[in-house]
Amino acid sequence: MRSFVFPEFQIIRDEEKCGQCRACERHCSFGVHTYDPVADRLVSDERKCAGCQRCAVFCPKGAIIVRPSPSYYRPNASWSREKIEDLKRQAETGGVLLTGCGSDKPFRIYWDHIVLNASQVTNPSIDPLREPMELRTFLGRKPDLMEIAAEDGDIEIKTELSPNLVVETPILFSAMSYGAISYNAFRSLATAACRSKTYFNTGEGGLPREMRDEFGRCAIVQVASGRFGIDAEYLNCAQAVEIKVGQGAKPGIGGHLPGEKVSASVAETRMIPPGTDAISPAPHHDIYSIEDLAMLISALKEATNYEKPISVKIAAVHNFAAIATGIVHAGADIIAIDGLRGGTGAAPKAIRDNVGIPTELAISSLDRRLRDEGIRNRCSIITAGGIRCSADVVKAIALGADAVYIGSAALIAMGCTLCQKCYTGKCNWGICTQDPRLSGRLNVDIASARLTNLISAWSHEIREMLGGMGINALESLRGNRDHLRGIGLYEWELDVLGIKGAGE
Amino acid sequence: MGFEIIMPRIRRELYNKEICACSIFGAMNQGGERVSASGVMKAIANMRVRGNGLGGGFAAYGIYPDYKDYYAFHLMFTGKSPQAKQEAKLELEDFLSSRFDVVNDEEIPHDDEVKLRDPPLVWRYFVLPKEGWDDSGIVPSEGDYIADQIMAVNAGIDNAYVFSSGKNMGCFKGVGYPEEVGEYFMLDRMYRAHTWTAHGRFPTNTRAWWGGAHPFSLLDTTVVHNGEVSSYGTNRWYLEMYGYACTLQTDTEVIAYAADLLMRRQKLPLEVVAKILAPPIWNSIDRLPEKERKLLTTLRMVYGPLLMNGPFAVIIGTTGRMIGLTDRIRLRPITAATRGETFYISSEEASIRLISPELDRVWTPNGGEPVVAELKSTKKVLI
Ligand code: SF4
Ligand code: SF4
Repeated sequence: MRSFVFPEFQIIRDEEKCGQCRACERHCSFGVHTYDPVADRLVSDERKCAGCQRCAVFCPKGAIIVRPSPSYYRPNASWSREKIEDLKRQAETGGVLLTGCGSDKPFRIYWDHIVLNASQVTNPSIDPLREPMELRTFLGRKPDLMEIAAEDGDIEIKTELSPNLVVETPILFSAMSYGAISYNAFRSLATAACRSKTYFNTGEGGLPREMRDEFGRCAIVQVASGRFGIDAEYLNCAQAVEIKVGQGAKPGIGGHLPGEKVSASVAETRMIPPGTDAISPAPHHDIYSIEDLAMLISALKEATNYEKPISVKIAAVHNFAAIATGIVHAGADIIAIDGLRGGTGAAPKAIRDNVGIPTELAISSLDRRLRDEGIRNRCSIITAGGIRCSADVVKAIALGADAVYIGSAALIAMGCTLCQKCYTGKCNWGICTQDPRLSGRLNVDIASARLTNLISAWSHEIREMLGGMGINALESLRGNRDHLRGIGLYEWELDVLGIKGAGE
Repeated sequence: MGFEIIMPRIRRELYNKEICACSIFGAMNQGGERVSASGVMKAIANMRVRGNGLGGGFAAYGIYPDYKDYYAFHLMFTGKSPQAKQEAKLELEDFLSSRFDVVNDEEIPHDDEVKLRDPPLVWRYFVLPKEGWDDSGIVPSEGDYIADQIMAVNAGIDNAYVFSSGKNMGCFKGVGYPEEVGEYFMLDRMYRAHTWTAHGRFPTNTRAWWGGAHPFSLLDTTVVHNGEVSSYGTNRWYLEMYGYACTLQTDTEVIAYAADLLMRRQKLPLEVVAKILAPPIWNSIDRLPEKERKLLTTLRMVYGPLLMNGPFAVIIGTTGRMIGLTDRIRLRPITAATRGETFYISSEEASIRLISPELDRVWTPNGGEPVVAELKSTKKVLI
């Protein structure tokens, strides 16, 4: 059937500049560029273009421009171009529309409506270049109070403490599984996490055996509904275990890794036959209720000898605060909450763009809910889904998060351009693919250096902002909404965020 | 603590934090000899430029020997008219008589010749909780019960405010320079105490309120404070989880409640409390021997929300102890000194020298290291 969808991107090649080296042809996995020997020039099939910009970046002559197509339908507020084209595609295929990355819809981005405080006169700002500025953070359950035995100067802690993760900066790499992303991308995240004294999350695809000794010390391993790659060694080589209940990009539905992406090594790590589809069911079939979750948490604690904090990751949906409270009572030490804009390797577009709530609102109401219940110190909150820069991190923490997970931001650091074609397995940047020719493009040394640089840059900026507020330890910012003001928000939004309007 | 915190707007936390700078002074006679307020009044007056006449106050320990077994509640009844004050008083007395045996009450003597702005009606009650207060079995201690009642009054009864509630001690405070407040309550003539602390205030807003002056107190813990706590929002939610209603929106209130929570309710030793409020930096902690490192790491992990960030210097008083402490990077001044049996803590050395020109020892404590004066013994506590 001939597709009635016209190209999304226009490709302009400057023939004056083009040296016909055919790099663009080799780089494009979608087969956009080809050499036409008759015309003796490069030609481009715009219909295939994903707009990932690989050719534009790698053209040695800077001869290529890829830009959104200037063609448009008759403007119509109700029928946008996207709506019309999605509909056409479905009429042509009869299937669910798939997509990758977080939602690109213009839901309000609260980060951009919140401003930070700084010290003036009554309180000195602190110069992070001259004074200590501390970002160390503990993630896990804290006791309500500590019992201490003091005998002439000798002080001993009597209270039994729960295990906690220690991070030197409140930024962790979000769950991205081996299988969804390439081995090199996965290894780059692990390398950078260890180097930056933080953690990466294995996602649901297991942890390759040869990585366990080296990277177990900075790994959070995930247990998801598909139970891929889980055995006692997997659980015990890591520092924490995360039960994945939901994901911000696709709350309420499971995962599907197509057989083409299940290479021999992915299959071995996931403990499934090569080439078969890896399907995670929508719910955990042993969790139909909160008490079932409590049992799984205890089972995992038992399996890890009570030495590792257990995290539960849920998507931010309407009643999540009450649900999360239940999860704390069920014994979770960390709650990871993934908002509406959280990314994915593949999700139905209808779900990605319509289900869930923004993470900013979610953190604030969860933090307040746990405080009201008097159990805020029994768990840590890690927030995910839409963190784009260091200021977002600072705002998340002031709204009550203990730390943040970054996913898309980490991928972008490695080269991702958010082209949303991850589900095709043809990622030109070598990230979301199992094709050795493509994944080989991602050099672990370079990608991990880029990630390490990102964490270091954000940490420096966080220190600057903290110093400006007259705070020299991150724990003094946690839940400190006093340092936030809202701009351009409705009263109910300020209420949910628990902040004043600017100037109030 | 079994009661609900009522905040002006529960959802948005629309509090307006008060900001101020200050002078602080404290003197303890460690031999337990009780002295008049004239010295401490003179000393705090000497730091006049650190205040602006919009708040001053004193805490005195050992002033009610005849009633030493009773809680001495000092009450302020504010309100525009005398009737409003009386109404608040009636409502308060209703509340008190339902829960306490009041053995004596009187207006706190004052000198009307001293002209202060809008003095409230100030009254004191010597009380004990009525028998059967612990029948329910859910309140852990008498102290918790009393603290609950005070929170209930301060958050629940309009125009009535308990500003002192310990045994054999009392706070006196108001709007004015501290020496004027001292004269108003005739502290130099009426009372003798073994420990005096004092405060002169420089609030940045002019709508000064008598209740907003220092010291802040809960039971026998009093705090005079100079500084601005940048961690206020964090400290506040943590304390609210433990039932402390932060109704006054000042940093000092938060420090007083933190001291109460840690010292009275959790019974943590003082040196530990100091390491919670002003912990050493990680760089120093990481270099310590295993045992101390573990202790300090755990303290920061568990009590991170009680770290008082930003500049501060405080004098915390409890029965038999006076503690001086500055923030961990020492952004506000504090000086300690001893002469004979008297232990001084002050914002400025000059004030100490004014009343005791000869000193045995004078020193500047390091940031985060508490100086402690105890009745009958003196020691500088270091972990
Ligand atoms: S990469 Fe650039 S220079 Fe090389 S063939 Fe393509 S357009 Fe021409
Ligand atoms: S990971 Fe690759 S395929 Fe996915 S959005 Fe980024 S560049 Fe595109």
